[in-house]
Amino acid sequence: MTEQSNLKILIADDTDTDRLILQTIVSKEGHQVICARDGVEAVEQFEKERPDIVLLDALMPNLDGFGAARQIKELAGEELIPIIFLTSLTETESLVKCLDAGGDDFLQKPYNRVILQAKIKSFNRMREMHRTMLEQRDQIQIHNNHLIQEQTVAKQVFDNVAHSGCLDAANVRHYLSPMAVFNGDVLVAALRPSGSMMVLLGDFTGHGLPAAIGAMPLASTFYGMVQKGFALSDILREINQKLKSILPVGVFCCATFLEVDFHERTVTAWNGGLPDCLIYRPKTGTVDHIKSKHLPLGVLSNIQMKVDCLHFELDPGDKVYMWSDGIHEARDGAGEMFGEERLLNTFHNSNNKPSLFDDVMAAVQGFIGDNEADDDLSLVEIEMVAPEEVSSKSMPSYSTEGPGLMEWRLQFEILPSTIRYFDPLPLLLNIVTEVPGLRSHSGSLYTILAELYSNALEHGVLGLSSELKASPEGFAEYYAQREERLANLQNASINFAISHDTRENGGNLTIKVKDSGKGFEYDNKLLDLSSKKGYCGRGIPLIRTMCESLKYLGNGNEIEVVYSWRSDR
Amino acid sequence: MSDHTALDQDTLEMLKDVMEDGFNDLIMTYLTDSEVRVAALAEAIKSQDSEAVRREAHSLKGSSGNIGATGLAGLCLVVEHKGRDGDLCGLEENLSDIRAAFAIISDSLKALLN
Repeated sequence: MTEQSNLKILIADDTDTDRLILQTIVSKEGHQVICARDGVEAVEQFEKERPDIVLLDALMPNLDGFGAARQIKELAGEELIPIIFLTSLTETESLVKCLDAGGDDFLQKPYNRVILQAKIKSFNRMREMHRTMLEQRDQIQIHNNHLIQEQTVAKQVFDNVAHSGCLDAANVRHYLSPMAVFNGDVLVAALRPSGSMMVLLGDFTGHGLPAAIGAMPLASTFYGMVQKGFALSDILREINQKLKSILPVGVFCCATFLEVDFHERTVTAWNGGLPDCLIYRPKTGTVDHIKSKHLPLGVLSNIQMKVDCLHFELDPGDKVYMWSDGIHEARDGAGEMFGEERLLNTFHNSNNKPSLFDDVMAAVQGFIGDNEADDDLSLVEIEMVAPEEVSSKSMPSYSTEGPGLMEWRLQFEILPSTIRYFDPLPLLLNIVTEVPGLRSHSGSLYTILAELYSNALEHGVLGLSSELKASPEGFAEYYAQREERLANLQNASINFAISHDTRENGGNLTIKVKDSGKGFEYDNKLLDLSSKKGYCGRGIPLIRTMCESLKYLGNGNEIEVVYSWRSDR
Repeated sequence: MSDHTALDQDTLEMLKDVMEDGFNDLIMTYLTDSEVRVAALAEAIKSQDSEAVRREAHSLKGSSGNIGATGLAGLCLVVEHKGRDGDLCGLEENLSDIRAAFAIISDSLKALLN
């Protein structure tokens, strides 16, 4: 049999006849025999020859079998070297002594050839099994080290992609478990050109690499589109489409997507499958829930997907909390979950303290105690503050080098079927910011284009009254009417005429927007007055401060602004 | 006395079978080794060294057992126990029993040699 051939077997016995008999039996089985006459010799031979199995007489001069066994086991280290004691000892105590010294079995004198062969065979199997186990253990260790190294690199790459955003803004606090990306959690935040903040918290199904991989296209799509001024619904659709096409069936991303508008003091929210987000209002101590009303991202095709959002008004100091289910499902030592009730109690017991974020973290971590098994907590807090308080070190910066679009004009008209579903602003902004030097003005330009377009659409084409937005009930009504009128829109158009002329160290961008609505009574002379009447809600005073000139034309269904810029260099 | 000089034929047959050409060597080794051990045992008894008595008797018991000299092994076992228990009474008598048995066994074994 190949499995037991060519073993190296050490025989230590001080009696010549015994050694002779054993040696003969063992070598006839095809093994290589090494002999020793006492314990000291046995240890020396072991070190020199590294045999596979050792047969040790218990009672020998100089060093007895017990002492030799201890030294040999120590020299063997992790490797299993079976030691079989050769003994005519029969007392239980002596046999126990053999095992205590590291012996694996006994062979009683007089020797029985068949039993000796069987024992060698069986111990060789055990030895090989042990060796295989050690090899596999080492291999697992190598693989594991490799995996951790890969994950560390992957995490660096991921952090570079995901954290180029504005999570460092003063009004944002967040906690992500150190290796959260490999738990499938992803958190991205960025400022739109308009100055509002977009935040997306996602939780992919599953763990490890399959869960982490979807975070990359999510993050890069998010940052690319937010920066270009795309609307929340467009970004959601794009991410959904990407995830749907790349993720295997059964892997998807529960997500909450917020847009926080610091000018309007509103939050627009879409929640697909994550636990309720909470809006905490310290003045009243009340808590609003942003419930999940949608399926997670990556489940439905874009045709079936719904992107309707919830709208909330916030006062300065109000805070929005987002989390993945890691907090709700955090377990204590007994396996009980933290749950939503405990979470809400933390809010109700907070007594308007500013430390709610820390209170929640402390409550969850206190609940988990030393039970660190499920460490995948993700928590985000965003506070409503004045626009100028939203600052981030990682604001996008653009170079203004090189020639490009200099003197040009464009005419762009959109019709009902487009108006209903398409946001033209990113497209226009992208063209306008092709002008060298205008890229760094994209925030202002976006605000101007957005205000002009929403005035043309909502007040011009749809005929909505901005006075509705004065109260919370009216706010909701406003959006309801907007939806309805958009759906029934016919025979309407919005026309953009944009042109750019260069000046020394700068240029003039002229934007004309004309809608098919019936217009309104205006007086261009009154525009300079800060009277709110008539122009209220149209963002006109704001645009007025940003532009060189602003005037209404025709029936009031046409407006022209000139944006003048100079290179500061 | 005769039971102390018996040689187990099955064991001897097995040894012949296992050792083949080495059988003569084995017997000669046993005889030489045992003479040394008996002398050493006598010395140990003379010097009243109970540990040496135990060790020498134990070795002789083991090799005698393996060669099929079970009666002699039994005599050695008695001495081994006395050595272990520190009971040095009557050891001279035990030794002469062992010597007598070994002499006969020695002749029987030599007769087996080719």
